[in-house]
Amino acid sequence: MKRTFRIIAAVLVIGAIAFWVAAGANRGWTKTRVPKKVVDEVTGLEGIQWQDKFVPGVDFLGAALLGAGFLAGVSFFVPAKSKQP
Amino acid sequence: MKTKLTILASIALAGAALAAPQTFDFKDLKGINNAGFKLDAPLEAINGSASDISGTVTFDPENPGVTKGKIIVATGSLMLPNPMQKQHMLSDKWLDAAKFPEITFESKEFKNVRTAGDTTTADVTGTFTLKGVSKEITAPVKLTYLKDKLGQRVPNQKGDLLVIRANFTIKRSDFNIMPGQFEDKVSDSIELTLSIAGASPK
Repeated sequence: MKRTFRIIAAVLVIGAIAFWVAAGANRGWTKTRVPKKVVDEVTGLEGIQWQDKFVPGVDFLGAALLGAGFLAGVSFFVPAKSKQP
Repeated sequence: MKTKLTILASIALAGAALAAPQTFDFKDLKGINNAGFKLDAPLEAINGSASDISGTVTFDPENPGVTKGKIIVATGSLMLPNPMQKQHMLSDKWLDAAKFPEITFESKEFKNVRTAGDTTTADVTGTFTLKGVSKEITAPVKLTYLKDKLGQRVPNQKGDLLVIRANFTIKRSDFNIMPGQFEDKVSDSIELTLSIAGASPK
């Protein structure tokens, strides 16, 4: 049980970092919408259209690390499996 | 003599009609109009925009200095990339979008008007209203008159377009938006950018 908690914590950390890097390593806040610039040929105006897209930020990374830390911490209070006599 | 007078009167009337100010409607035609805003913050600048823009402007191509109008931005259309920041921004503590659903600018006077071709630059003074607080501000503005270009945006529709671009800075504390609070997290200054096009059908 102790080991299971630690493995889950490690997977959470590695998975979160891998996802964050794969999504562009955004050093800002997590975004659920991103602006896309659209140029109108007639007026020359640059409009903004918002697109739904999840971009994890440092808060996402922090939450994952906090969760992993919590799981790792809990593992220290879980009794080790007693050996059969 | 009577015929000459009639012709002169007709020419005068036609001239007056041609020089008459036109009213441009800024209800968005193609989802291009936008009002952007930017505030500095420690981790990253808060960049957003509003899309629900309306209003009318009366513009005389022969005399751009007498331009008058009112532009309205729906507070609820302000968008930010982060959903929590957006929720905070529209809440009663910040913009209170439920109580103050509109942000408006009504022009009063144009100064330093310079026209070159179809483009006019000027300093516009008017009343800016945000969160129920009205302040007189002056901002540089650029107007571009696009004669007979409406048809290129809206098929089978004849008319003209007026493009307005403006950049100016306000202080949130002037508009009772958390005055003196959280200035280490969100700057007091707000940079505003307006890029809009209005139509005057014929």
